[in-house]
Formats: sequence, C-alpha cells, structure tokens
Amino acid sequence: MSRVVLVTGGSRGIGLATAKRFAELGDKVAVTYNSTPPSGDFVAVQCDVTKQADVDRAFDEIEAQLGPVEVLVSNAGVTKDGLLLRMKENDFAEVIDANLTGAFRVCKRATQSMLRARKGRMILVSSVVGLLGQAGQANYAASKAGLVGFARSLARELGSRSITVNVVAPGPVDTDMTRTLGEEKLKAFAELVPLGRIASPEEIAGVIAFLASADAAYITGAVIPVDGGLGMGH
Amino acid sequence: MSQEIFDRFTKCAVKMLSVDAAKVTREARFKEDLEADSLDLVEFVMELESEFGIEVPEQELEGITTVGQAFDLISSKTK
Repeated sequence: MSRVVLVTGGSRGIGLATAKRFAELGDKVAVTYNSTPPSGDFVAVQCDVTKQADVDRAFDEIEAQLGPVEVLVSNAGVTKDGLLLRMKENDFAEVIDANLTGAFRVCKRATQSMLRARKGRMILVSSVVGLLGQAGQANYAASKAGLVGFARSLARELGSRSITVNVVAPGPVDTDMTRTLGEEKLKAFAELVPLGRIASPEEIAGVIAFLASADAAYITGAVIPVDGGLGMGH
Repeated sequence: MSQEIFDRFTKCAVKMLSVDAAKVTREARFKEDLEADSLDLVEFVMELESEFGIEVPEQELEGITTVGQAFDLISSKTK
C-alpha cells in the first residue's frame, strides 16, 4: 500500500507490534521512541511527546525521509499509578501531559499535511479503563477518557476533508506496561475478561491496521473496544 | 490600498481557497462567494500569517465576512 505511517511510542508493546504490522503491509513506517530505540523495518526517531519542539523535529525528520504522514497512530503513553489520596498533583499532570496533551501535539502537527492532502487517518490508542475506571489509575483513566472527546471533536472538525479519527480501547495486553502490575494482579485481571485471557499486542495492532485500511473509510469518531469483552456496556 | 500587499493577499487566497484570482475582490464574501468553510478560512489565515510574518489573534477575526474586511485587518498589521 505504501502509505507513510507514524506510530508514536513505537519502542515496545502495542506501538512496536503496530509498526511491524504496517511494515508487513508494505507501508513506509516511522516510529517515535522516548528512551530505547527499537529495531525493525522502519525509521526510528527520538521524541518526547511532552515536548512540542521534539514533536516538531520528529515530524520534520520523518517528512524529509518518507514524506508527509498519512496515517498517524498516537500510542505513546505512560502510567503513574496510585490511589487518589496518595497521588501527587504532579503524578496526575504528568500522565495527562504525556497521554492526552501528547496526542494533541502529534495530531495537531499531522493535521497540517493531512488537510493539504484532503485525506488522512488518525488512530488514538486509549484503554478500557478510560470508560470503565480503575482504582489506582485515576490519572491514566482520565487521560484515556479524554482521548475519546478529543478524537470525536477532531472527527467533526476534519470529516469534510476525508480525515477519519478513531479510538481503539484495549483491555489488558501482554506488554511491559501491564507486566508492572505483577503476575498475580494480571491473572486476576484476566479472570475478569469474558474471553479469560489477556491480549497479545498483535491483536491490537490488527484492529489499528484495519482502521487505517480502505475498508474503514466510513468509520470515524468510533471507539473500538479490543478488550475480550471486559468493557461491555461502556 | 497597497496593490503589492493585495496581490500577495490574493495569491494566498488562490492557493488556500482554490478560487480564481478574479473572484478575490473587496466585496467578495468568503462563505457565499468564495465557498470557503471554517476550515478553509483557518488555513487561509495561517497562510497569511506566514506570508506576511504577522500574528492574527482569533478574536480579531470575529465578524469578518468579506475579503475587504480581512484585507484591511492584514494590511493594518503589515506596517
């Protein structure tokens, strides 16, 4: 297909699996990473999405090497878990800055060239906890819920230019981020999932790739759960 | 009215609004005559900002519906 695809937070987990999937499809793929550069069939650019200058530099580099971004996967995210009473304001602000404002920074930058092209796909990686809530993750859940309103507003603003904006809401996925929960908690989590297991990153990547495909041209402003049934009804 | 500034203004309009230069007259209304929607206008203003090296705050754009009004605003900032 050979579109220019950018995946933020592509050094591991869902982002890395997504970058690999697009590369397999024959697209020109770039990933951003914060600390550890991944290796694979793609261009890797260092970028801290909490810094506007980093985002601008990363886009400049990618545009120079591959061309304007046609598919954006906003995936970079962090957690700083803790119960509300123990959560410092800074822990809250930092998670919002990376997960929600970070998406704002990259989507805004990508919009420039998508508007000119009169087409584009943006896929934002949210989480089942955005709508379900999760004790100990008030900051993370707020940031992930925020992505829904953000994406749907963009879907309305940019729809007339054939730019679609959608959200993927994964449940528990086998990544470094969820492994920090610990084996026991993860097992308990899996038992809550109707499908009885956690997802592989590739299972999320497949849905992201679908939302970027020709078959998904008429889908915008949607929140697609990929959660084994965990979030049903939300 | 400086013709040079109006020519540069028109060039931006032609590029961002995809209209003939002949349609860019002082009386022309953006929505009705040039068929520009809100997104076109945002892109047009950003193009003008970079063409003239100026900044146009959102609130100053309120109430502007014609080419003449927009041109007066831009030229007042290019002095």
